Amino acid sequence: MDRIPILKLGEALLVTIQVDMHDRLAMALEEDLTARIVDHSAKGVLIDISALEIVDSFIGRTLANIAMIAKVLDADTVVVGMRPAVAITLVELGLSLPGVRTALNAERGMAMIKSRIDDAAMIATDEDEGGP
Amino acid sequence: MARQPASRLSALLSDSTQHILADWLAALKAAPDTRLSATELETQCESILTRLARACSDGNSGDIEAAAFVPLREMLDDISRTRATHGFSPTETATFLLSLKAPVFARLRAVLASDPEHLSAEMQSAGDLIDALGLFMMECYQRAREEVIIRQQTEISELSTPVVKLWQGILALPLIGTLDSARTQVVMENLLDSIVRYEADIAIIDITGVPTVDTLVAQHLLKTVAAARLMGADCIISGIRPQIAQTMVHLGVELNVISKANLSDAFALALRRLGKVVVNQRRPTPAEPV
Repeated sequence: MDRIPILKLGEALLVTIQVDMHDRLAMALEEDLTARIVDHSAKGVLIDISALEIVDSFIGRTLANIAMIAKVLDADTVVVGMRPAVAITLVELGLSLPGVRTALNAERGMAMIKSRIDDAAMIATDEDEGGP
Repeated sequence: MARQPASRLSALLSDSTQHILADWLAALKAAPDTRLSATELETQCESILTRLARACSDGNSGDIEAAAFVPLREMLDDISRTRATHGFSPTETATFLLSLKAPVFARLRAVLASDPEHLSAEMQSAGDLIDALGLFMMECYQRAREEVIIRQQTEISELSTPVVKLWQGILALPLIGTLDSARTQVVMENLLDSIVRYEADIAIIDITGVPTVDTLVAQHLLKTVAAARLMGADCIISGIRPQIAQTMVHLGVELNVISKANLSDAFALALRRLGKVVVNQRRPTPAEPV
């Protein structure tokens, strides 16, 4: 069965969805990603959906689920590159993905994740030095 | 039975065209109109009469949907459209054709004076025919007006949804007019496309020009905000007028979005979010304007 590749970039995981998502693939992605977050103790997940032309309610919900799971495992999820048509469809479906952070493109999404990792690192160092 | 009066009318129309035309024009000119020249009116009346006579000569004067009436219908359609665009009122347009009744009836009366039974049947059918044509004219008039309205609507919706770039990464969307579902769609598409094109981080939706905000409009605004957020851009709503703010609270409308009273406040917030600062220029001299 097809799998969507998950790349590790430092403390972040990068998922680029290049094929049309079907339900089984989405569920597989959710499982794989959960396992990888735990394996690498990743702090951020970047999901690039710029190649996705159709997003139905199931995929939308899966994205929201992934974001929630990642949050439980202390990782930030950023969905990037959503097309205007997809955004309109999701809103019309009533799925505004409230728990998911979004960015215009992969570059900005990576910057968001990086700033969060840096913040976390800074707090960690502060704590090591006996508080701010 | 129906055939005989029809042929009578057609005979009458072709025999005494000039007579009827003269009477008709006299009736029309009793109420002169500056929007239409006398010669234009005469040409219109004359060609209506000739086409009517030709249509009736086929013997089916009752049914204006028949093929014989096509030239006449086209002519009337044309006249109605011109009148609709020139600002004639519906009454004026209808009266134009209905005033043909009097001269036709007068002629019928003159020709069939000795045969009252025939005369009434004849007048009935002639009246029905002219009424039907009058109604057809009104339909065309109405259609022309509706076309104008539809065209204006599309023009307005295109004109009133511009997306302007205020700064690197900051867009403004000044909304003017009521937001309905169709317009929301256009606004949303425009905004999202512009967010991609300008790589915007923040979009300011200014609703100074929106006359009323009810629950439906608020829902449409929220949809737009949600869609922009999915694209990774934050939205600020600005330009909520005092009365609108009151109405919204009384209606229980909640926007749950950052909102500012005016565009400048929203712009200032957007600049701050992007880490930009607006400062006074150094060496402020009194003579210098800025």
